[in-house]
Amino acid sequence: MITPQRYWREIPQRYRLEAGKCKKCGYICFPPRLICPKCKNREFETVRLNDEGKIASFTIIRVPPEQFSDLSPYAIGIIELNDGVKILAQIVDCDFEELEIGKRVKVEFRKIRSEGEAGIICYGYKAVLLE
Amino acid sequence: MREVAIIGVGMNKWGELWDKSLREIFIEAALSAIDDAGIDRIDSMYIGSMSSGLFTEQEHIASLLADYLGVAPIPSARVESACASGGLALRQGFIDIASGISDVVLVGGVEKMTDVTTGGATFALGTAADQEYECYHGVTFPGLYALIAKAHMHKYGTTREQLAMVAVKNHKNGSKNPLAQYPFEITIDDVLKSPLVADPLRLLDCSPITDGAAAIILCTVELAKKLKKDPIIKIIGSGHATDTIALHSRDDITWLSATEKAAKKAYEMAKKTPEDIDFAEVHDCFTIAEICVTEALGFFEKGKGGEAVEKGLTALNGKIPINPSGGLKSKGHPVGATGVAQVVEIVKQFREEAGERQIKNARIALTQNMGGTGGSALVHIFEKE
Ligand SMILES: [Zn+2]
Repeated sequence: MITPQRYWREIPQRYRLEAGKCKKCGYICFPPRLICPKCKNREFETVRLNDEGKIASFTIIRVPPEQFSDLSPYAIGIIELNDGVKILAQIVDCDFEELEIGKRVKVEFRKIRSEGEAGIICYGYKAVLLE
Repeated sequence: MREVAIIGVGMNKWGELWDKSLREIFIEAALSAIDDAGIDRIDSMYIGSMSSGLFTEQEHIASLLADYLGVAPIPSARVESACASGGLALRQGFIDIASGISDVVLVGGVEKMTDVTTGGATFALGTAADQEYECYHGVTFPGLYALIAKAHMHKYGTTREQLAMVAVKNHKNGSKNPLAQYPFEITIDDVLKSPLVADPLRLLDCSPITDGAAAIILCTVELAKKLKKDPIIKIIGSGHATDTIALHSRDDITWLSATEKAAKKAYEMAKKTPEDIDFAEVHDCFTIAEICVTEALGFFEKGKGGEAVEKGLTALNGKIPINPSGGLKSKGHPVGATGVAQVVEIVKQFREEAGERQIKNARIALTQNMGGTGGSALVHIFEKE
């Protein structure tokens, strides 16, 4: 169960793709971190991830977690964004047959799911095909 | 560092054990190990369990199990590293004896997974992935391994049939293991016709949900010799490494870096190379996992794991038999117990008690156990003296 406080603190990443760019080596951490895993520097600037990229891998989830049962089957991919950062996201608005590794995609703001009858509605990023 | 030996093993039939509780299945395995070792003393114990809390609403099981085993007040610790919890317990037991703190240690693993619904079990297993950046988007464990499989097929030309061959081989081995949850053979066709779970992975590419426990007794080699154990079975290498738990954060999602690094440490400590290993028990939670693991352990070149299965190199009579016990696929995968059960198989093989699945003249063997999609990995090397 996702509580409001747990949901709220991830909003900058989920709504705006905010990441931390290392001021020393330029490595981009998504989500942001307190220490750079590449050079151990602790100073970052906040940047927004590039919202376009390509499919690095994908699958179709046919046996979903309970909270996603009304959506099934749905596609999930690892998306390599143009700035080199990889994220995991659903790939929507497409026929599964269209999916291929290497295809161009764009990341958009979408509803992810609702937490039960009275729980919060969860939003975030999903990918759509550009070609 | 003192040399460490294994003098007792215990494991009972795995499966959906609805009539037995977590404490019962663990104590049964522990008592078997103690009887097998023929000792009346344990200095400490380590227990691998991924999520007794989510699976049975019971935490604090280290003390619970020490109490029910009748060995309290000895020190007892539960360790957790998702599906690698058992391997981690083994390493802690090894360190405890090697360092001189304890002389006799019980290492166990347990998971009671059928007290919750399949949905509940799926949720509990999912906690081994990144909750906020993987599970949040609706991915499952089969889904994450499917992403690895798809990328491996794309990059190296690994085929759908080669994935199926891993399951077929492990079921063939498991059909000769009376303790396995699913001790029967399957065909490539059975795998390819089983329902899709997460493309390209099908139901028979996945290890099952299992109730089970395993336990072993470790002591110094000096004590094992004094007890006139024959053969003397030593742990000669131990390696442990970590990686990002989010699959997408890795440079190459087809490469199990933590397994490679843990293996490197274990090979160095044991002064062995992949060519020295006679057989191995590895973490085939999904068919693609075994293919990637055999590459990361250095048994085959990068990208050649699929081809190796197809050529029969990993079969019971192959160049390097992988998962003679039936692996997680056929034997079952009670997550915290898996890493310990792998050692049970090594010992049975070394003692030549493996029945129809016996590998001849094996002297050096290896276990590899990993958590999540490979965010943690443990590799151990064993020698029969
Ligand atoms: Zn940096």
